[in-house]
Amino acid sequence: MASILVFGESDDAGLTAPTLEMLGAASRLSGDLGGGVALALIGTALADAASAAGPAGADTVYTADSESFASYQTDSYLPVAQGIVEQDSPSVVLMSQSSMGRDLAPRLATRLGTAAIMDSLGLEVDGDRVKATRSCYGGNARQVVTVQTDPQVITVRPKSQDPLEADDARSPDVIAVDVAEPTLRARTTGKEQAESEGIRLEDAEIVVSGGRGLGGPEAFADLESLAGVLTAAVGSSRAACDLGWYPPSQQVGLTGTVVSPTLYVAIAISGASQHMAGCGGSKNIVAINKDPDAPIFSFSRFGIVDDYKKVLPALEAAFAEALD
Amino acid sequence: MDVIVCVKQIPDPETPAAAFKVDEAAMQVLPAQGISPVISPFDAQAVEAALRIKDASGDGTVNIISLGPDSARDAIKHSLAMGADEGYHLKDDAFEGGDAWTIALALSKAIQHLGVPDVLIFGRQAADWDQGTVGSIVAELLDLPSATVLRAVELSGDSITVSRVVADGFENIELSTPCVLTISNEFGDPRYPQLRQIMQAARKQVTELTAADLGLDASEVGSAGSRIQMHALFQPTSDVEVEIIEGDSPEEKAAGLVNALREAKIL
Repeated sequence: MASILVFGESDDAGLTAPTLEMLGAASRLSGDLGGGVALALIGTALADAASAAGPAGADTVYTADSESFASYQTDSYLPVAQGIVEQDSPSVVLMSQSSMGRDLAPRLATRLGTAAIMDSLGLEVDGDRVKATRSCYGGNARQVVTVQTDPQVITVRPKSQDPLEADDARSPDVIAVDVAEPTLRARTTGKEQAESEGIRLEDAEIVVSGGRGLGGPEAFADLESLAGVLTAAVGSSRAACDLGWYPPSQQVGLTGTVVSPTLYVAIAISGASQHMAGCGGSKNIVAINKDPDAPIFSFSRFGIVDDYKKVLPALEAAFAEALD
Repeated sequence: MDVIVCVKQIPDPETPAAAFKVDEAAMQVLPAQGISPVISPFDAQAVEAALRIKDASGDGTVNIISLGPDSARDAIKHSLAMGADEGYHLKDDAFEGGDAWTIALALSKAIQHLGVPDVLIFGRQAADWDQGTVGSIVAELLDLPSATVLRAVELSGDSITVSRVVADGFENIELSTPCVLTISNEFGDPRYPQLRQIMQAARKQVTELTAADLGLDASEVGSAGSRIQMHALFQPTSDVEVEIIEGDSPEEKAAGLVNALREAKIL
């Protein structure tokens, strides 16, 4: 029995970064709660990911390995997730605030007779409860909450927790879970990759982002050009995505991607709370906005007050020269 | 095809950050002066999705349920003005202080009371607490298939085809009915009610239902039945001091910024 069961995710490169971060958090919390850390992996071809779990902090790994788990589907993942929780009977269940976690966590919690706290930013042990700090009111407020029933299901915002130093000496027990063929009432009929190419937003060291103040979709070509010079990813505010100026996959914010690059360059972005919920974790924010009172400046380390149309060509030239 | 949409009235999420205030002791958001509450934007999009399903199927009804105090009636009226047929208001002091679980429990009882429709639609999250769990909890309580965070919903014969927003793109999913869907902001703008429709909606009856009407005891709902407890509510503070890069021309400002980034060893 583990004190904390982490539902991890893996891709071609192994365990995902949020999974490693959750194992780090679980190791830290389990010290106070008592008991070990288990990782549950549902998917296909999981052997490599399972062997990486020990060094990352797991004492036990449950694998549910089947072709039918190649892509996440509520109906197929839910029964197997329920089975693993019942086998392990943890006091805390962690999932990432990912496409999977946000869908699976509330259904799984309800099936287990408990509740889920979504999108936690901070976790700390208080007696036998885990107190979670989370953002609400579109990033305008924070609340501290606990689940009073067991197990305590909590989803974790990517990049909000630190992974452990990998320790290759640790090797976990791996338990293969029996997989029954579920009855599917919903099935995935296809997948469309986002149009955007280049560096993934969540992986980028530098993000160049544009908002409604750009005035139209054509300005994003200029942002892409600047991003090329900086080896940066290009993001967008929700307003600009909702206007159809840039693909929804590039949206930074509460309902989009959460980024925390070394440098976030916010161009013609006002700094609405729901946008800051997606980029507030950046190490350094630079804002370019013609409105000196734009809220974005209160979150920024450096700012330029001017029309972005005038600044951008000069900035691209200055960066190109500096990085040459 | 019959659809039920669950909606919520919330403080306007477009409230400027400067007007947003929290009463930390009461753990409540204070109403902003002169800014009226609105239907949660994702819920208005959910109503839009429901109306499009009704239009595409050529018959059926779109009914609205909202749980909340007196102001919840406005979210129902807004939905009726958009074109929904009937409104149901779950209103009882016993519901106060409830979490997502108790709200979903009451909604699921109301849905059973009215008869489970072909499709149940929710916004992806209420834009106040931003939890995003009520739709999934209702789906689980009613044992229905669900698909969440959708940007498109289409009727194809007896089934529903949806496009789900995922990290690296979109997934197309086909669901049998009855099913539960949650709508994301990528869905697009909801229709805005015309004056004539607002007048018509004002005359429509909204049926009020209490916990007892739904067969629920006061101990099962509201703060008494909640599984999540709040310990604090506060406003985050930023401790960054911005340095505005001055200059006589855009070129000077750009060069100044690049220099500053270099000196701070960010570049």
